[in-house]
Amino acid sequence: MDPVVHLSNAVAVLGQFPVLAGVNLTVNRGEIVLLQGPNGAGKTSLLRLCAGLLPLARGEAVLLGCDLRTQREAVRSRVGLLGHANGLYADLTVGENVRFWGATVGASKPEVQAALQRMGLAQRLTDVAVSRLSAGQKRRTALACLIARRAELWLLDEPHAGLDAAARDELDATLRDAAAAGATIIVASHELERAGALATRVVEVVGGQIRTPYGEVA
Amino acid sequence: MATPDIETSATAASTRAGTGTTFTRFVGLATIVGMIALGVFGLLLSPADVQQSDSVRILYIHVGTVWIAYVAFAVTALSSAAYLWKRTTSLTWDRLAGASAEIGVLFMALTLLAGSLWGRLSWGKFWVWDARVTSTAFMFVTYVGYLAVRGLGGSHQQRARRSAVVALLAVLEIPLVHFSVKLWRGLHQDSSVADRTHVNLHGLMLFSLFISLIAFTLLYVWLLMHRQRVLAMQDAIDNTGLDYALQQRRDEGDL
Amino acid sequence: MFRVARLIAAKDLRVELRSRVVTNQVLPFAAIVMVMFAFALNSDAVVSRVAPGLVWLATLFSLLILVQRSFAIENADGATDALRAAGVDPSGIFLGKAMALAVQLAVLELVLLVSAVVLYSTELRVGGIVLLLVTFVAATVGLALVGTLYGGLAGGVRGRETLLPLLLLPVVAPVLIGATRATESALGTGGATVADGWPWVGLLAVFVALFSVGGTLAFGPLIEE
Repeated sequence: MDPVVHLSNAVAVLGQFPVLAGVNLTVNRGEIVLLQGPNGAGKTSLLRLCAGLLPLARGEAVLLGCDLRTQREAVRSRVGLLGHANGLYADLTVGENVRFWGATVGASKPEVQAALQRMGLAQRLTDVAVSRLSAGQKRRTALACLIARRAELWLLDEPHAGLDAAARDELDATLRDAAAAGATIIVASHELERAGALATRVVEVVGGQIRTPYGEVA
Repeated sequence: MATPDIETSATAASTRAGTGTTFTRFVGLATIVGMIALGVFGLLLSPADVQQSDSVRILYIHVGTVWIAYVAFAVTALSSAAYLWKRTTSLTWDRLAGASAEIGVLFMALTLLAGSLWGRLSWGKFWVWDARVTSTAFMFVTYVGYLAVRGLGGSHQQRARRSAVVALLAVLEIPLVHFSVKLWRGLHQDSSVADRTHVNLHGLMLFSLFISLIAFTLLYVWLLMHRQRVLAMQDAIDNTGLDYALQQRRDEGDL
Repeated sequence: MFRVARLIAAKDLRVELRSRVVTNQVLPFAAIVMVMFAFALNSDAVVSRVAPGLVWLATLFSLLILVQRSFAIENADGATDALRAAGVDPSGIFLGKAMALAVQLAVLELVLLVSAVVLYSTELRVGGIVLLLVTFVAATVGLALVGTLYGGLAGGVRGRETLLPLLLLPVVAPVLIGATRATESALGTGGATVADGWPWVGLLAVFVALFSVGGTLAFGPLIEE
């Protein structure tokens, strides 16, 4: 049992609104956790908190062995967030984007190449400008950047949005492979059907908190 | 880097209804007395200047407002530094900086206005391009920008950190501006405001000036205390709102 | 920090090479501004006399656009968030973007100088070339540093773009004064000698020193959300 994420009564605010109202969550290495819940429940905020983008207002948060309050930088460099936006530079090619993000952690050329290969981008798409890609291809590029950055914890916000059925299945396969290779993945998604195929655990987020499987709030 | 806890409404400012206390009432009273004294001495008892006749009386207001404006900005800069220094979680420094900047901007505007009027009356021009006047105007604009940054939104801590950094950058920049303008006008061999103000201050005139400084300082302190408390109350309202919202949010989950 | 800076600078310049926004849009804008000055001032003699000032004014106006662009490419697809989320050193981001901005500014200033020679009959004096070069370098670096600093706070974010001119223009006033006087000395405009120009370069150097340190320290807190 290697807890990668441990949140205890975590509260976070956006402006003056408490997006997370006391979250208790533990995620172990190699798990794929699916966050489900209605809009506005706090799924995105939970991901952003774990990415170190949203400051912790109350409670405790330990990620990858680092306390989120005091070691935010350390947490950030080892966590990869894929939000609604892709974080890509539209004018650069796929290869250049992945190389850039890999270079932020000093990744070597073979590593970058491996990342491109794992996402199926190494053949035709490496030298295509991101602006000319489809939504699914952009998603894959963003994931390749995560891989190149050697992220240990993947936080994905609605990664299936805008993808067709085949692309979704591919994405699920990629995520399962990544988890098998040691990454820990938390996915926020509306897709209930994905649960079986993808996740090792489903967690429901309601009203800024985690609800246990039996309907009580944790 | 410690992320401070959000304030609970209990830890924030006073729970009293208004922002007045015995101290502020005392200060307020002293201010009124001071201002009356200033009026009496400035307008009535002190003599008109030999060269400038009655227009010199504007000086009593003008010097007072300039003094306060500079003090206010110094307070803002120091408070900002204090906020960042110990990573204190106390937002009092931040509110102090903000309140002081607001007062400073106000008095700076008054200064520029009064100075402009005086210039017009004394030597026929509304504006001179000398170092002091120009950098004063720049300070004014810079702090208007500072207030705009304070209004950008976000949590109280974000606001505090951001504006503290901007305030300290302003401290860096203002002397540079002053110095460059000084060098610049030096080329033109213009007489500076200091040269033109051959006002011989003595006796009652000097005394009136001192009264002005004291009266305005009291006014500043009074305004600062009240304004800072109002800001604290505003933050407290936000926090109370937060506790309430937190409860509402939690209730969302129970069904 | 410097490794990150080089990485970011290379990335910014590569984006510009691909998109050509500066070359296709900002440079023509700057040239048009120079033409507009001539329209407004309505006198060849006056324009020749104030040419250095006009060059630097046009630079400042273009700087605002360049800074907005520099940060717009980050905010377009959430890259700023991604950079922060990745824990990339903010000081490195600051220096990198400043370097890229400096390169773009340098190209811009060259174009403006050429425009001045062409449109305003400005003459370059051989004796003043060194002064001219040093002035341009110092001013460019200074503008790039403060542009990036305040751009981080106000640039490229919807709803905040109007804040950038308000914050930036007062800060760059010393650069405008210093660079213009030094350029006048270098070109001999209005009888200024080369010797007069060097103190102004000193002013620019102080500006650069202060804001390289100040900016490196301040950039991180300013981009933090």
